[in-house]
This record gives sequence, structure tokens and C-alpha cells, in this order.
Amino acid sequence: MEQLLQQVVAGLATGAIYATMALAVVMVYQAIDHLNFAQGELATFSTFLAWQMIEWGWSYWAAFAMTVAISFVIGIAIDRVLFRPVRNAPILSQLVAFIALFSILNSSDGEIWNFTIKTFPTPFGTKPLFGSGLISTHQAGMVAVTLVMLALLYLFFRGSRLGLAMRAAAANPEAARLVGIRVGWMIALGWGLSTAIGAVAGMLIAPIVFLDPNMMLGVLLYGFAGAVLGGLSSPGGAVFGGFAVGIIENLAGTFIPFVGQELKLTVALIVIVAVLMVRPAGIFGQVAVSRV
Amino acid sequence: MTMQEHEAVALDTAAVPSEAAIARPLGLWLDRRRLLIGAAVIAGLMAPLVVANFTIFQLTMVMIYGLAILGLNLLTGFNGQFSLGHSAFYGIGAYTAAILMSGSAELSYYWTLPCAGAVCFVVGILLGLPALRLQGLYLALATFALAVALPQLLKSHVLEGLTGGVQGIVIDKPDPPLGLPINADQWLYYFTLAVLLVMFAAAAGLVRSRTGRAIMAIRDHPIAASAMGINTARYKTLTFGVSALYTGVAGALGAIVVQFVAPDSFSFLLSVNFLVGLIVGGIGSIPGSLFGGVFVLFVPNIAEKVSTGLSGAVYGIILLLLIFLMPSGAAGFVRRTAAWLARLRHTSTRGGA
Amino acid sequence: MKQITRRTILATAPAAIALTGLPVRAEKQYDPGVTDSEIKVGNTAPYSGPASNYSTIWKCEAAYFKMINAQGGINGRQINFISYDDAYSPPKTVEMTRKLVEQDQVFVIAGGAGTPTNTAIWKYMNQHEVPQLFVATGATKWDDPKGHPWTIGFQPNYQSEGRIYATYILQNKPDGKIGVLYQNDDFGKDYLKGVKDGLGAKAASMIKVEATYETTDPTVDSQVVNIKAAGCDVFINTAINKFAAQAIRKAAEIEWRPLHILSGIGNSLAGTLKPAGLEASKGLVTDFFLKDPTDPQWKDDAGYKWWLGFMNEWYPEGDKNDALNVFGPTAAATIAQVLKACGDELTRANVMKQAANLHELSLPMLLPGITISTGPTDFAPIKQVQLARFDGERWQLFGSVISSALPA
Repeated sequence: MEQLLQQVVAGLATGAIYATMALAVVMVYQAIDHLNFAQGELATFSTFLAWQMIEWGWSYWAAFAMTVAISFVIGIAIDRVLFRPVRNAPILSQLVAFIALFSILNSSDGEIWNFTIKTFPTPFGTKPLFGSGLISTHQAGMVAVTLVMLALLYLFFRGSRLGLAMRAAAANPEAARLVGIRVGWMIALGWGLSTAIGAVAGMLIAPIVFLDPNMMLGVLLYGFAGAVLGGLSSPGGAVFGGFAVGIIENLAGTFIPFVGQELKLTVALIVIVAVLMVRPAGIFGQVAVSRV
Repeated sequence: MTMQEHEAVALDTAAVPSEAAIARPLGLWLDRRRLLIGAAVIAGLMAPLVVANFTIFQLTMVMIYGLAILGLNLLTGFNGQFSLGHSAFYGIGAYTAAILMSGSAELSYYWTLPCAGAVCFVVGILLGLPALRLQGLYLALATFALAVALPQLLKSHVLEGLTGGVQGIVIDKPDPPLGLPINADQWLYYFTLAVLLVMFAAAAGLVRSRTGRAIMAIRDHPIAASAMGINTARYKTLTFGVSALYTGVAGALGAIVVQFVAPDSFSFLLSVNFLVGLIVGGIGSIPGSLFGGVFVLFVPNIAEKVSTGLSGAVYGIILLLLIFLMPSGAAGFVRRTAAWLARLRHTSTRGGA
Repeated sequence: MKQITRRTILATAPAAIALTGLPVRAEKQYDPGVTDSEIKVGNTAPYSGPASNYSTIWKCEAAYFKMINAQGGINGRQINFISYDDAYSPPKTVEMTRKLVEQDQVFVIAGGAGTPTNTAIWKYMNQHEVPQLFVATGATKWDDPKGHPWTIGFQPNYQSEGRIYATYILQNKPDGKIGVLYQNDDFGKDYLKGVKDGLGAKAASMIKVEATYETTDPTVDSQVVNIKAAGCDVFINTAINKFAAQAIRKAAEIEWRPLHILSGIGNSLAGTLKPAGLEASKGLVTDFFLKDPTDPQWKDDAGYKWWLGFMNEWYPEGDKNDALNVFGPTAAATIAQVLKACGDELTRANVMKQAANLHELSLPMLLPGITISTGPTDFAPIKQVQLARFDGERWQLFGSVISSALPA
């Protein structure tokens, strides 16, 4: 029983990583209606920028703020320069553009900053939380920040005009244009926001997993799984999904005898697919009903 | 995929089948196409006699990747079901061939192809059934789960006895049948070419048939298709099976030509490669799949020549350029150019009509 | 597939003449890839893909050969080091190796990376009788002079390292409960096998947890928690730098202080211990065969000074904290030594003969007391390691140099 509790808590801790990433994934999905495979690499790149600033002597919070700002701008720039030209191409071609971006970023990270792992500081400290030994203060801080971001996004999308405009542009671009919304810029804004969130995710994750060019590949996959599990149309669902993936994976690894350890990712994914069988749009997702 | 996405895919791929279907009697265009195909086949037959062994090996791999991409094309390009899992079918085909050839069965290499195809067909059907309930990115995740599962299963100590675990399986290179004055590389090339031609022709036939039209109708307008009486579930599942079969046969060929299989060769990164090859070649274009194979094999080499340290970045840049210049892939580019040329010819010969 | 060429006739000519009793000057004998002014050395390495973090090894080797060339080359010939990216993918390795051998016509293939990649070309190299020199992996299979006479290994193999850890545990904690963390691929499983073989009959009772991880896993925290929860008091940590550091740090976080053995793969001071925390790494035990460049104890060592000079002049962009950049020049120097020993008889057969004929070759960055030796039945060049313990500041070598040769 104690081991169950330990693994659940450990799962929540790793799940926090996935949840943060899942949030970024869903953010960009909401804005542009498809998945950004390069999200993880953008987050890694942003984290490297922050690391470099700290190396140059900046304080943590100065580097943090600057990185988020720069990432926002980079996101908008990527949309305007790279994706606007292919906006009218078949969706799969746009997918290739994401893959290309992934490749460019990953390769450049390795070349500029090499592959030795680097530590990244955390503002939350690394003591065990409440002395317990199960979860550290940083991990608790990470969970808190994720939830705060989630709340802010919720308020932004539901309560502000800009947020509403963005949702409209993603849901029905033609109608949005007709009411005067600059759809192109809404999409760019969505990109900027998601890159910024990704940067925060990266800076939260790096203290735990160490910073290196390949830091985010696994995280992105788990984050994606979490986002899908929770429902791609629901940011809260994505966060839930991220935590769920962490817990499922840990429990599978510990309690399924004989094969659990080696196949725990497989098992986690099977569980997710099974859930999707029952609820094809994710646990909290809304099934899109379209007029025929 | 949403309706708009379906439309986008449909608009781009609708061209190929309909051109062929509207057979103009003695149409210059149709004959020209047959001529081109014939010329390509002849070039393909002559190639191994003039190039070095190593290049023959590369060309054989190009054909194999092209066949694998054709499998993906049947599912994603012609039927609109997104798959990130084709590395698993390729891997299952490869391991089927390897296990049959090296184990106690000691099967001859040519028998492994139908076996690999059959095994993958079954797996494809089994995957296609639950896939019926999933769309777009949700389907992507399910297929991705398969792609991730395969290397782990191959490595796990449960199956180690069969698969050789992390050490993989080494295969002997088949010799040319007795009496033929060619070396092993050339023989494998011709063998692969024969398989390729048969399977490409079969795919072309499938696409042009009623079944093919049903499959494409499901991609373009699934609701209308089922309203017209097409059994969507049956066709979608069947397409999954056939698609897996094609990629599985390609995997078996790959194992024979490379002479080695190991679990981590079949990670989901291979799936991404296939997808990139598919898109660059042209969704919904059968000859485009071969161009995709060319891309998958040669472009990483080119990228590396430009810069060893930044080869990934160069690869990405080449990919972006291709997508900017040819958003519908190579096949789409060829189609547009041909259509533009045809328009030129028509406006100059038509006059008043 | 030997063909009677002009070369083979020329090769036998001196023997024929010698039989007649006339004095004869040694003919220059060249196999493909060699001219009077050049020797082509081929190599495939993971410059991209999942193992790209190791790519610095071959960039370093290339720098080493550049240095040799600037110093006059080997017996007056310049080394043309041709290295292609195989993205750690066996089909790509096969393609690039065939390109090197058949198109670029290299003399030998040297220092290729990885077990599955080298396994893929193993048969090909031996069938075509092209030397597959000093493969950069610690798998046991490369030490097989009878079955694969054209392939030779290099570093101490993982199984023997595992055995050494087992021996150490039996000596120091014979009642220990062991948890093993290993990467779910060939080298990880090799380590585990070595540990099990070394423990012998006690393996089943002593090893409580065998935890794996994949390189795509974000953390190994849950594995560490599991191992502690099973009551283990010995932890064999064979993970690579990133995960080894995570494990060390997690162990400290959950206040678990086992006998913590770190493998040779992940024991760099700056690459693993610093990120994990020097305080948390106190008491760690590991084995070395190379000097750790980040360890201050080698500051005034002649070999280290040579290496530092080499890095500064020939590979300044390389990370001087990266132990991989020590491995690189050591491997390259061994290759160079073999080529030098061939003199003007630059045939592939002679290369293998010289490769199997190294007697206590000493190189700057090998630990004192460790040398490279090979023989006609011994294709394991480096067979010695030394254990070290971390005292919070540096790795303290202790004990004597141990042989890592597997029992016959």
C-alpha cells in the first residue's frame, strides 16, 4: 500500500512535467488546429537561451522574463515567416514543416551548446516537500505554476475580448473574418502564446531532467499522449491527462509483473488507447458536431 | 481530419484518378504517360548493369522505401486515415522474414515475402478495427502507440528467444539462382524490382477499380459515402490491412537486403521518415511514393555532405524549401507543370473553341 | 573474394625471389586505399539521431589525424579520415560502410560506433576481408579472432566491468540486496549479464530489482524510488550521464545511501557528478581506464598536459569537460600506431597482423599502469581498469589495476 502511494506521488511528480507540456500542446492546437511537433524543440531552445543568459550573469528572474518575451516573439515570427506561406497547403504538408522545424532546432541546439548535460536553476529550491521524501519543493512549485497558468489561460480565453477573438478565429476562420477579426494575427498570437508557455514548461522541467538538446523529445511524446487522453479541446483536460499519464506509467512499471518495467510506455499508451475507444474525443474533450 | 482538411486533401488528389478515368480515345496525354512509365522501367532494368554494386544497393533500398511509402499512401493518401505506426508494420515484416530465414524453419527468402505480407495484413486488420472509432490526431496517437510498442516488444525478454533481443538477427545474403551471370547485389535488385512492379501495378489497379473509388470516397466525404451505401467500416479496415501488407513486404525485403534486423532500427522515427517521404512524393500519387523513397534515402546523405555537425538543420531547410516550392509534393508539382503545359498547347491549337 | 591481380603477383614476388637466395629490397605493398602519399581510413558515426551526443568522439579523432598529418603523417603518408553519418541506424551503417569500402575505396574501417551498427556490417567486413578496427563499443562479441578475424574490439567490455562490480560487492557487502538500473539496449543488458555472471550462484538471491529505462524517458526517478522501496542497500547504476546524474540526485533526495556503484559509461566528474551534486556523489565507486579530464589530480600529469595542448590547438571547440574527448584521441592514437607498424607493407592482412601484435602500448590518457596489448588469440586491446571512490572533490583511485579479461 505504501508503495502504491509512493508510486502515485512519484507519478504526479513526473506527471507535472507532462502536464505542463500538454498544456502548451493544447494551446497551439486550439490556436491553429493542428499539432506542433516542434513544440518540444522550441521549448528546449528557449531554455538554452535562458541558461545562456544566466551564464552571462543575469539573475534568474530577469532571464526568465526575457526568455518568455523572446519566445513569444520567436513564436510569432515562425508563424509569419514559415507557416503563413504554407497555410493553404494540404494539412500533411504543414506537418512536414513542423518536422523540418524540429530537425533544424534540434541540430542547432547540439551544435551551439553541445551535448554535455547542464544544470538549470530553480526558484523553488530542491528540498523535500514538508520533509517527506516523496516530492520536492521544486516539483510542487512546478505543479503550482502549471495550475496558475491554466487558470490564467482560462480567464484569458473566456473573459477577454482578445481571447474570444482567438477562439473564434480557430473555430471558424471565415465567419471570424466576416466580423472583422484579423485571423492571421490571431493565429500568430496563438503561436506566440504557445511558444511562451513552452518556454515556461522547459524552464520548469530542466531542473529535474537536466538541460541537453534531447531533453524534450520524450517529454513531448508523453505530453502529447496526455493531451490526447484529456481531450485536445480542453486545456484543463490536457493538464489532467498529463498527470494521468505519469501515474499510469509509474503504476504499470511497478505493479504489472514480469513485463511491466520493459514495456511501461507501451502499457501506458495501450491504456490511453483503450480510454479513447470509450471516449473518442478524450476524457474531457468535446465531440465536434458538424452540420452535414 | 475536419471537413476542411478533407477538402484540402481531396482537391489536391482528385486530379490523378479522374484524368485516367476520363480516357480520351487516342489521348496524347495517356500515351505519353505509358511511354514514360515504359521508359522508366527500361531504365530500371538497365541500371544495375552499368552502375557500381554499392549504387545498386542504394537503388534497391530506394525501391524498398518507395514500396513502404506506397503502403502508407494507400492508408493516408487514398483513404485519409492518418498513421504514425507504419514503422511497426515495416519492422514486423522485417522480423518475420528474419525469423523465418534464420530459425529452424530456414525458409527461402522469397517465401518470406508472402508470409510477411500475410502477418502484417492480419495485424493491420486488427489495428484497423479499433481505429474505426478514432479520427485525426486521436488515430495518430493510437498508431503511434503501435510504433513505440514494437521496439520494446522486440527487446523484451519475453520474446527474446524468438527475436534475438537487442542483439538482433543476422541474415545470410541470398545468392542468385544457379546459372545467372550476375552477382548477389544485382540479383536482389531485380528481385526487388519485380516485386515493386507487381505491387505498384496492383495498387494502381486497386485505385482505379470500384473498391478504389469507394476508398477515396470515404476519404473525401465519409458521410456521403456511407449514405450512398458504401460499407465504410469494411473498406477502412480492409485498407488498413492492405496498407500494412505493402509496408510489411517492404520490411521483409529490407531485412533481406540489409542482412540484419535490430529492434531500434524500427523506432517511430522511421514512421516519421515514411510520412515525410509520402508528403514530399505527393499524397495520393502512386509514382510519387517512389520519389518519396528517393528522398528518404538520399537527402540525409546530401544534408550530411553540406555540414556534418548541422546535418539535421540542413535536412530541415531542404525539407522546408521543398514544401514551399512543391506544397503538394513532387507528384503535385509534376501534375501542375503538365497541366500548365497542356493549357499552353490547348490555347495555341484550340483557337475559337 | 580474392582475385589474382597484379598486386598479388607483386606481393608474392619478393618471396619468390627470396627463395632464389638473392638479396631483395622490401617491396612497397599496397591494398586499396593506400598510395605513396595517402592512407584512407573510413569510419561511420552517429552525427545525428539518438546517439548524436557521442559525435564529439569522431570529431576529436578527425582533429587527432589532422595533427598527425601536420607532423608529417604516418611514414610519410597523410591520413585521409573519411567519416560518414549513420545516425546510429544499422541500415544506414551498412549503406555508408559499403560506400566507404566500394566507392571511396578506403583501406580500413576504424572506430565505428555502437553494437547494432557494427553487428550489421560484421559479416560484410569479414567476407570482404576489410579490417574493422577498434570498434567503439564494449560488447564481448568483438573478441573473436577465430570466427571474425577481421574485427577487433577496443575498450574493456561491459560484461567484464559488470563482473568486476560483482566481485567488489562480494568482497565488501556479501549480504547486500542489489538493485540494478540499466538502459534497455545491448550495453545495458551486457552490464546486467556481467553482474549476474560475476555473482554466480548468489545472483538470484542478491539481485532484488532490475530496473530499465529508455533514452526517451524523461526521468528515472520512479525506478530509483522502486529500488529503494524494495529494501536494496546496493545500487548498481549503469546509466549514461544524464540518467546517472538523475539517479544520484534522486537517491540523495529520498535520503537513500546505498553502496552506489557507477559504471564507466556515466562517471565523468563534470558530466555526471557536478550536475548531480558533488555532496550527493560522495562515496560513489566506479571503474576507470582513462583519466577523467575534469579531475584536478591530473593537473600536473604529463599525459594530461599533452591532451590539454592537443585540445587547445586542434579541437578548441571541443568540451574539455567531456570524457568522450579523451576516448577519441586514445582510439585514434591506437589506429595510428597500427598503421605505423605496418611500415610500407600496407596490406589489410598486415594491418590485422599488427593490430593483433600490440605489446603494452602506453598512451597519454590511459591510467598509469594500463596499457594496450593484443595477440593472435586476444582481440581485446584494453583489458584493465582501476576502481575509484569519490570523496566529494575528486575520484580517488584505489586498489591495483584489475584485469577485466573474461575467463577463457
